[in-house]
Amino acid sequence: MLASLAAFAITSGARLLTGARALWLGCTAQPVQRLYFANHSSHGDFVLLWASLPAELRRSTRPVAGADYWLTGSVRRYLIQRVFNAVLVDRQRASPDSNPLQPMLDALDRGDSLILFPEGTRNLEAGLLPFKSGLYHLARTRPGVELIPVWIANLNRVMPKGRALPLPLLCTLSFGAPLAYLEEEGKAAFLERARNALLALAPEEI
Amino acid sequence: MERNSLWLFAGIGALLLLATLVGRLLKRRSGAAPNPVIDNLNARINAWWVMVLVIGSAFLFGNIGVILLFYCVSFYALREFMTLTPTRRSDYPALVAAFYFALPMQYLLIALDWYGLFAIFIPVYLFLLLPILASLGGDTTRFLERAAEVQWGLMIAVYCISSVPALLTLEIPGYEGRNLLLIAWLILVVQISDVLQYVCGKLFGTRKIAPQLSPSKTLEGFLGGVALASLIGALLYWITPFAFWQAALLALLVNLLGFAGGLVMSAIKRDRGVKDWGHMIEGHGGMLDRLDSVCFAAPVFFHFVRYWWA
Repeated sequence: MLASLAAFAITSGARLLTGARALWLGCTAQPVQRLYFANHSSHGDFVLLWASLPAELRRSTRPVAGADYWLTGSVRRYLIQRVFNAVLVDRQRASPDSNPLQPMLDALDRGDSLILFPEGTRNLEAGLLPFKSGLYHLARTRPGVELIPVWIANLNRVMPKGRALPLPLLCTLSFGAPLAYLEEEGKAAFLERARNALLALAPEEI
Repeated sequence: MERNSLWLFAGIGALLLLATLVGRLLKRRSGAAPNPVIDNLNARINAWWVMVLVIGSAFLFGNIGVILLFYCVSFYALREFMTLTPTRRSDYPALVAAFYFALPMQYLLIALDWYGLFAIFIPVYLFLLLPILASLGGDTTRFLERAAEVQWGLMIAVYCISSVPALLTLEIPGYEGRNLLLIAWLILVVQISDVLQYVCGKLFGTRKIAPQLSPSKTLEGFLGGVALASLIGALLYWITPFAFWQAALLALLVNLLGFAGGLVMSAIKRDRGVKDWGHMIEGHGGMLDRLDSVCFAAPVFFHFVRYWWA
């Protein structure tokens, strides 16, 4: 009850602050299992992406977040586990033989959709950092899941790094066409193709 | 609301009802297939109902309602302007000052009826404060351009738009307590000029008046729209402190300024590579798309009225 109230408050707040506009360019908002992968420039990225999904998709769509950041402090822990129902991953790889992708694979096997930031960390410059290989392994082992690139525009101006007060500028989220996984393609080529598909959704700089 | 306001809003309601009927009729005649021009016309008419309802409810709450309404209008306009403006990370303090200090302050000054500071707060104090804040960031890339953009956004979206509710602060002898009607007159004349330019352009337009800036504006639309809207402004002299001929001249002035405002704001949009400022008003585009003419007409109108009537 409290968690869904908090979720409602946060998603409404995020939408009000940024006037978030979702552009479904290459696909439509449908209840199929998906892996949304997006550019990452701010802590608010997954909140905004999550908030811009229709409510019935939001329930089964879970953001992937770093356990090292979100499990410190009881408020963060409550938000990420109870409100956002996130899949927490161990970015530091505490034990060398554990598979850091396992929690994501488990969530996909349960039928959940995921929100993933394949750059792995926040990027403060224009463009995209090289992708981490997790996206490739998920695509290869779970080929039934649709891979949807999502470009989040302007949120880095709304919440610049290290600033407490957000600016009420308008944000746009562009949802692209599903990316197919090709058997014969290698890891590097796949990741490059995924990265280009995401970059193609970015608005042109004038 | 006094009797004149009721008549005015009843008239606007009747006009919208007529427009709605014409729009539906056109849609019926064109068949089931989507027709972009007619569909956009109907979306515009529907949005007009909403806008008139919002303005009407603000009027019911009197001066405070209108000041709050235009505070929100300025906020949405400023946000559209700043979204399209390529600022950098070190512009953050200047943008915070624009959204969270200058904007509320300007409307507070109107509510407090402090004309002396209202008139110079943004053109003098913010004009100097914003580049100071930007310089503290230490980033010199396109510095003058960035400083000018934030300043320009504040002038257009906050200073110019706030001239509309500032009409409430004028003390016009023999017109006490009726200043809301002056706002209604200004908005109505400028907006109806936009509508009539659009209608005349669609019906008779052949010669483009500014093809580089705004391909949809035609000479016929401009002449017909401005002339008809000025006539309407003159015929509505009974809700203003003006005589018939004064109302006609002032209506002509605000309509010409409104047209010029549309051109200037179009030039900015073209330069930024977009067709509309935003998407919040179905069929019209953004807040600034609807208000570009008011931005240019309101401040001059305010100062003319203040100089000769107040």
